[in-house]
Amino acid sequence: MSFVEYSDLIQDGDVVIVYLGHNSVMPVKVQHGAQTQTRYGAIRHSSDLIGQRYGSKVTCSKGGWVQVMHPTPELWTVSLPHRTQILYTTDISIITMMLELKPGSVVCESGTGSGSLSHAILRTVAPTGHLHTVEFHEQRAQKVAEEFREHRVDHLVTVRNQDVCKDGFGVKGVADAVFLDIPSPWEAVGHAMAALKKHGGRLCSFSPCIEQVQRTCEALADHGFQEISTVEVLLRVHDVRTVSLPLPDFGPEPGAGEEAVPSPASVSIKTTTPPREMPGHTGYLSFATKPRT
Amino acid sequence: MADNEDDDYQYRIKDGDYVVLKRGEIYKAVQIQLRKKVIFEKQWIFLDNVVGHLYSTTFEIVSGGVLQPKKEDKDSESSTDVKAAGTDNRNIVDDGKSQKLTRDDIETLKEQGLKGQEIIQQLIENSSTFSNKTGYAQDKYIKKKKKKYENTVTILKPTCRILALMYHGREPGKICHLRYDTLAQMLTLANIHAGSKVLVFETCAGLVLGSVMERMGGYGSVIQMYPGGGPVRAGVECFGFPAHFHNMLHEFPICHINAMLAGSLDTTVKDPAADEKHFDVAAEEEQNQPEAEQQQGSPEEQSMEINAAEDAGQDQEKLEKEKRKEVKAQEKRVKLEEKRRKLAAAAALLEGRNADGLVIASRFHPCPVLLGLIKFLSPSRPFVVYSQYKEPLIECYTKLKEQGGTVNLRLTDTWLRHYQVLPNRTHPLLLMSGGGGYLLSGTTVATDHSKPAGSPRAEEPAPKRQKTEKL
Repeated sequence: MSFVEYSDLIQDGDVVIVYLGHNSVMPVKVQHGAQTQTRYGAIRHSSDLIGQRYGSKVTCSKGGWVQVMHPTPELWTVSLPHRTQILYTTDISIITMMLELKPGSVVCESGTGSGSLSHAILRTVAPTGHLHTVEFHEQRAQKVAEEFREHRVDHLVTVRNQDVCKDGFGVKGVADAVFLDIPSPWEAVGHAMAALKKHGGRLCSFSPCIEQVQRTCEALADHGFQEISTVEVLLRVHDVRTVSLPLPDFGPEPGAGEEAVPSPASVSIKTTTPPREMPGHTGYLSFATKPRT
Repeated sequence: MADNEDDDYQYRIKDGDYVVLKRGEIYKAVQIQLRKKVIFEKQWIFLDNVVGHLYSTTFEIVSGGVLQPKKEDKDSESSTDVKAAGTDNRNIVDDGKSQKLTRDDIETLKEQGLKGQEIIQQLIENSSTFSNKTGYAQDKYIKKKKKKYENTVTILKPTCRILALMYHGREPGKICHLRYDTLAQMLTLANIHAGSKVLVFETCAGLVLGSVMERMGGYGSVIQMYPGGGPVRAGVECFGFPAHFHNMLHEFPICHINAMLAGSLDTTVKDPAADEKHFDVAAEEEQNQPEAEQQQGSPEEQSMEINAAEDAGQDQEKLEKEKRKEVKAQEKRVKLEEKRRKLAAAAALLEGRNADGLVIASRFHPCPVLLGLIKFLSPSRPFVVYSQYKEPLIECYTKLKEQGGTVNLRLTDTWLRHYQVLPNRTHPLLLMSGGGGYLLSGTTVATDHSKPAGSPRAEEPAPKRQKTEKL
């Protein structure tokens, strides 16, 4: 198991994602002899997990069962322990494409936060790329570095505990892409410029407030960034439902014979409904290209 | 960070490169070919001069469609003199008389070889209302005219982002109206990454396949499941991948899926001498091609035989004909052998039914495609299906729920909005895309237990009992 490489069987030391049901997943560190409690009962790691195939059904002690999944950055995003507000897969997807990430890309990121985006970046830039991630909160930086080791991606990432606005990314002229998710991104634009390769690269800044976007875009233009564009993307989920629609009874049609069959009282259709509430805003994504300097 | 020529070599445009031409929001993918005319935005241009320049260089189109590197604007934004500005538009009347230059005048200016910037200056000087416009309106006016009269083109290195934007803007019909952000979702939802084994079924001109290949960086294998006579890969070409990327690409015709699943697909050569057998395979593979093409082999040979009979007297010609026939037959054998080899290679990859990802984006009904191809995935692997329409994906969802073997099923689409960000003038753009298509995504699980397909935690609540029954 690694977050950048699939395996078939669960091994001691793996991190697996236990799928308890729709929208309910939990990460479990597999340890010989350990047990994990779920709402369906306990999972005994030695007998229930180790040696089993990823994707298998595991019967818990109370008789209920769960599925044990191979970790992916997407499953991690919905199961990771939140230490900060995190980025979700919808935004991560467009960030990955618009930053033109691919195997071999060198990326600078700040802040690391809970590492949701970091894992997705690592998946995409492996096996030859690298992530330089900067987090100013010491415990968060330590915690995420520990997770990278557990997820066996630590060879692809350097975690730095510093303030990107003051100290930059700790590297210069190496990055193909820079990602900023900090309260005052405009203060880090100069450092972003310096971190990017001489021949150019892409930048993305994520901000929840439009005032931040305004100042960041101004700073980007001042520093000579081009193709500055701001977008917002929202995920709309369609819940599949069978609904039954009653038909009105207008009484018998005049002229219709006695033997006319009564029409059914209702019809059933497959359709989708929107959830009652949905995330209506995550943040604005501003993208820009650094030209060759 | 040394600044020598060798460092730059990989960033220089070379003859034969696949590149993307860009002007504003307009993109066009072309291959650099010397002395070849290319139409871009209704203009003939030659790309000869761009060879040797760096990617992302902007060129000016001068007479004869020749490209010249654009000189750095000393001060691009404020190079247009603006002297005065009004406070609001109370005195501006749209009577169509504010511009004194006529269409012909402007054409004459163009013929005189005036640059875009100079033409705009002329337009401003001859506009009676420009100085009464507010500063904001003046900016907007200049920006609009710049777009119209600036005669430049930027040469870009193709990437998934640029090609997805290009196809969506130019030929959405060719890619089943797959919007770029939807494609972005697909690549992450399917966890596309280096070193995995991914199945792709698409009728999006090769854009989806190319995007998957880019994300895999030449590591692992991609099996293109294709309908009809041969795989479509025009879009893959546009990416301009290095040669070794093509080593990871395999192809498998969907007309052999049933045989593959039944274990009855035979890709071995029983008797290399027996040509008929090769032809059988070929005929089978070309089943889905139009009639005329299907019989490609036989009419050709028949006509040859007729010719041969007519020329019976002339031994020399007859001999040559036979030789040519022999060469042709030989070529055909080589081709068929190649095709058989490819089929066998793809079949070997599919055989273990242990693929790591499945991406479907086609004009076909997604249901049979998904239900057929999902069987080739390992448990605990993601899949994603794109459809321009929602209803077929509802059907896929229902069928998968019935048969089990998947979790995390989600039917989604994305809403994408672009913003204008300017000091004191930030707002969403007035136009936005109405829809970017729908995705069904999920993860496979093992189906070894013989429990009923319905999960104890049904995701879909049973429909409420009807009260009408009491009546």
